Amino acid sequence: MNAPAAPRREDTGHYGYWPYAGRPRISWPGGARIAVWVAPNIEFYELDPPLNPQRAAWPHPYPAVPGYSIRDYGNRVGHMRQMALLDKYGLRGSISLSTALCIHHPEIIAMCRERDWEFFSHGIYNTRYTYGMSEAQERAMILESMDTIERHAGRRPAGYLAPALSHSELTLDLFAELGGRYSCDLFHDDQPTPLQVRGGQRFVSVPYSLELNDTIAYVVNKVEPRRYGQMIKGSFDRLYAEGADSGTVMCIPTHNYQVGCPHRLKAFEDALAHITGHSGVWLTTGREIAEHYLAHHHDAAVADIARHAGAGATTGQEA
Amino acid sequence: MALDDSHLAYPMRRHGMDHDRYAWSMLTDRPPLHWPGGKPLAVWINVSVQHFPMNPGAALKLPGSMTMPYPDLRHYTLRDYGNRVGIYRLLQALREARLQASFAVNAALVDRYPALADALLAHGGEWLGHSWSMDTPHAGAVPPEAEQAVIARSLALLRQRSGQPVRGWLSPGKLQTARTPELLKAAGIDYFCDWVNDELPYRFHTTAGELWNLPLATEIEDRFVVLDNLHAEASWADQVIDAFELLLAEARAQGGRLLSLSLHPWVMGQPHRMRHLERVLAHIAASDAVWCAQPGEIVALAAAQEPR
Repeated sequence: MNAPAAPRREDTGHYGYWPYAGRPRISWPGGARIAVWVAPNIEFYELDPPLNPQRAAWPHPYPAVPGYSIRDYGNRVGHMRQMALLDKYGLRGSISLSTALCIHHPEIIAMCRERDWEFFSHGIYNTRYTYGMSEAQERAMILESMDTIERHAGRRPAGYLAPALSHSELTLDLFAELGGRYSCDLFHDDQPTPLQVRGGQRFVSVPYSLELNDTIAYVVNKVEPRRYGQMIKGSFDRLYAEGADSGTVMCIPTHNYQVGCPHRLKAFEDALAHITGHSGVWLTTGREIAEHYLAHHHDAAVADIARHAGAGATTGQEA
Repeated sequence: MALDDSHLAYPMRRHGMDHDRYAWSMLTDRPPLHWPGGKPLAVWINVSVQHFPMNPGAALKLPGSMTMPYPDLRHYTLRDYGNRVGIYRLLQALREARLQASFAVNAALVDRYPALADALLAHGGEWLGHSWSMDTPHAGAVPPEAEQAVIARSLALLRQRSGQPVRGWLSPGKLQTARTPELLKAAGIDYFCDWVNDELPYRFHTTAGELWNLPLATEIEDRFVVLDNLHAEASWADQVIDAFELLLAEARAQGGRLLSLSLHPWVMGQPHRMRHLERVLAHIAASDAVWCAQPGEIVALAAAQEPR
């Protein structure tokens, strides 16, 4: 006999409704209108991972040469191309890191450390999904990923993006309890927002973008490379304009096996040139956005959210 | 019930790859390759000449395979169009641009369409094994004896008909079984083109001896861009030209680079697509920085320059 299905949340439980209009003003360092961060996902996909019953790692039987090899291409070929481009435009990456890469390809970690890039956790492998993990298993996985980053990259990570965007109901709670400061797992806003977590830690969402994520654009939405460049520029132009009123955040999540391909790099470069050609742009990292927000805007946001939470809302940061 | 604890065990977490097929190295860390005549950029154009049976029986369907209930006339004949009409347009365009190409040939076509084989041989260019048809995937649970038999039968016919040694291989759909590299090596293959994890040839280990992998890029392949991604033909041409220019600049700065271009007569040989292909070929042909190369030559050159 089947056990009755566990109740499922209707929403994430991490935030309440908070209208974009009329929020307390966000100011970025140097009076910038917009915080721009680039989040290269540097990932390791295993050739033969254990099978998760809820999600197969590969669409092809072992060895899944097409899928595995294009991702390996990213690390062998695409990474250097993308890193050189970010160097050229003065951008530091905030790496969404499959932390096993610290051991598989420490050469890449060393180059990014030299550049003072940020490393945040994207799980251990992008072929190990959170689905079906017990709380203890997920905590162990997150903790091991954080320890690996600290050991190899020199600093404990502040941010988390679940591996392959695979979540449990507790993912954000666990990361906050383990000392994390921000999450990239929610796509509900163009500004940082306070998040309510189980342990009550001060914890924020830093906007990450699925729409501008190159894998989503190229693989899911079948976007043409030059149009992808236009999308980045269009997004920047709008958020830059709105940032005159209150600071916005723009994230460009990339993958070395997507933008690092020769037929896609030029359009990406055009977009970076457009963004960095403006004044009033804070070129920064996810961690710096989170820290600035926590120090200067978090409490006012919580108070403003509480004002909105009167009419029956059950979520929102508790005082 | 929670996942098995194997999900928290990582036996292959180690320096390099999580398998023993090839060594880990970044492209930019390798000594620069030099192409003949001091040309910075090698261009390799491969035309896949394919037979998609109307009655596929393999457990795994390859891209381009039949999708409708039998008899799938519309997909069968549209692919066959490539072998009757499209290929002749491609050959003519290559001749007009004075660019060489190689041909990955499904051996079944040598049997079925002797005139097509004659046309390819008259045109010239290296032949690569491309298995028997697009219904013989080298993937998954294919028994090794069956895979070995398909490889042997395909190569025997291609070698006999072409008079070439046929030392290169492209697996249908770029899919391999766990034993494909061993079986290919044992069948006299020196290099295959299935792994797209690089832009230059690299050494690939098998228990039967060393092979080379010469990556044939999927991401700017005509079929992938136009039919899977549904990009306009003009965009495909832009993408190839953007890639060409970027690789050329990189080659001038870093040493020999390779643009691999995979074409399919049943895709690019359509009348409305030809002018976009011609634009691409003209762009390549107009550059004096290009070594337009046969795949076997590229692999041989890379092997000869491999540091010892």
